[in-house]
Amino acid sequence: MSAARDDLPRDDDARWVRGGHDMGSVTDLVAGAVAPARTRKSWLLMLLVTFAGVGVLFVSVLWLFSEYVGIWGIEIPVAWGIAIASFVWWIGIGHAGTLISAVLLLAKQPWRRSINRFAEAMTLFAVACAGLYPILHLGRPEHFYWLVPYPSTYGAWPQFGSPLVWDLFAISTYLTVSLLFWYLGLIPDLATMRDRATGLKAKVYGVFALGWRGDARHWARHQRGYLMLGGLATPLVVSVHTVVSFDFAVAQLPGWHMTMFPPYFVAGAIYSGFAMVLTLVIPARRWLRLTDVITDDHLDAAAKLMLASGLIVAYGYASEIFFGWYSGDPSELSLVHSHLAGHSAPLFWTVVTLNVGSAMFLWSRRVRRSVVPLFVLTLLINVGMWLERYLIVIGSLEHGFLPSTKGEYTATFWDWSTFLGTLAFFGFLMLLFVRFVPAVAMAELREMVPPRRALRPPPPPAGPEVTP
Amino acid sequence: MTERVAAESYDLMAEFDTGEAVVAAARGVRERGYVALDAYSPLHVEGLAEALGFRSRIPVVTFLGGLFGGLGILTFQIWAQAIDWTLNVGGRHASAIPAFLVPTFELTILGAALGTFFAVLWRSHLPEPWHPVFEVPAFARASQDRFFLVVRADDPGFHPAETRALLVTLGALEVHDVPR
Repeated sequence: MSAARDDLPRDDDARWVRGGHDMGSVTDLVAGAVAPARTRKSWLLMLLVTFAGVGVLFVSVLWLFSEYVGIWGIEIPVAWGIAIASFVWWIGIGHAGTLISAVLLLAKQPWRRSINRFAEAMTLFAVACAGLYPILHLGRPEHFYWLVPYPSTYGAWPQFGSPLVWDLFAISTYLTVSLLFWYLGLIPDLATMRDRATGLKAKVYGVFALGWRGDARHWARHQRGYLMLGGLATPLVVSVHTVVSFDFAVAQLPGWHMTMFPPYFVAGAIYSGFAMVLTLVIPARRWLRLTDVITDDHLDAAAKLMLASGLIVAYGYASEIFFGWYSGDPSELSLVHSHLAGHSAPLFWTVVTLNVGSAMFLWSRRVRRSVVPLFVLTLLINVGMWLERYLIVIGSLEHGFLPSTKGEYTATFWDWSTFLGTLAFFGFLMLLFVRFVPAVAMAELREMVPPRRALRPPPPPAGPEVTP
Repeated sequence: MTERVAAESYDLMAEFDTGEAVVAAARGVRERGYVALDAYSPLHVEGLAEALGFRSRIPVVTFLGGLFGGLGILTFQIWAQAIDWTLNVGGRHASAIPAFLVPTFELTILGAALGTFFAVLWRSHLPEPWHPVFEVPAFARASQDRFFLVVRADDPGFHPAETRALLVTLGALEVHDVPR
């Protein structure tokens, strides 16, 4: 590990930080954006707005616990509504964070260091939002713990072949590992915050920093551990959306029962996740005044990955249609027809336009590097990916094998209030995050800048061994 | 300062402003036979822990954690579904291993990750809210932009004045006393 990292040319690393920063100034820059002495009005206003949304979520969940899922627009045959579409969407968003922090760590991409902390926080909060839905959707959500294999007085165990149980294992593992990975990387930065603060602030940061003091042996373990967690999170990120896709692919329904679903879902997850990272990073880097460390080059790199995953998504749409037609199955054919020119055609073509069409603009370097068009594209892709999940979940459920299994679904007020509530909850957590936690991994940024800018002292007096 | 009576009870902390300098100094004091050494840095400095003669064995814990998690849940699923409470699902074999692979995979990752995380903290004796080095005011920069090398007073070759002189020779910007 050590040899490979040293091999990276310093110039290549340095090009990701602008403004001639050194270790001290880069620390000042990031730490200065966190926990400022005076709370900014814009932050407070946004916090209040999102907090109101959290209230909406709370009321929606409370009402659900009282009246159960009948308050949603779901009915047989469409037993899964936008709650499940939103679940898939949220989980997918989480994937970009893990991809940036873990996969790009293993690939030794220096640009990940400026956005990994931010993206990992996004992952945590998105997975927290996602995790709500399967629980709320259980019908009897207060009994969700029946999914956990614990020695109950009933003497029964969960059915381990069930995708619902797989979901429980996949999502809780994903949330736990994301949290550990995020927190392990955060410990040295919390120590920095502790050392720069005084009084109560220093005590609070001190508690979370666990007494980190930058001991070389601790660093060695920390870096090995961090690399190990990166290596573990990489297969995990692929597995989670694979398991989510099993929720569909294991069923027999037209449009669901396909071996292509796991890679199709993973690519879609990465695509929508990068869109959300950019949606958040573009305003945040300006608001936090971090344009020196989150540069246009970073946006460019993320947009390239978005383009690559977008192309796989486009391939997914094409093969979905192709396999539906190639199967020769009347039910599959009728679904294909409905998507291309029938009942679900308006939605299908909207999805294709938003997701495939938007990606095509990313071929242009100018678009990838101009903030406003890129921001608009990411918003369109976010919407497009949500609609795609709507199409997958509801489009297929409305379209069963028999005339009697055809149905219609309309989302109710409570469907929407729950979804908008989770959006607000997500925003609320992100706002708290940028206010109290270093949004950029300072300890990792220091690896890319010189220790001292102008005043480099003369080399130490020649000892027996000064060459590193 | 060297005249202080209880001088032996103070560790010496040398301050540097680059990672290269602290690695070179660590090698220098090791060559002169010092063993009770600690180094502190605001970022992971390649080769610093190795210069102190340290090698991390965290990956062993990762492997064992994963093994424990994966084998544990696989065995448990087979026991629960084929022995303790047999479920007949469409006449399939009760211990249908492929159906058990998702939880097995997930708990392999979970076991390995939990093992790794807690091993990093446990082996480093963290959380440890207070440590003598925190009593040195200049040490606040150890988490920002300064590098430190500590020669502890319990080193058999420790001598307050000579060790201090050696650290200065090795390029220390300043040498602080650390109360023990």
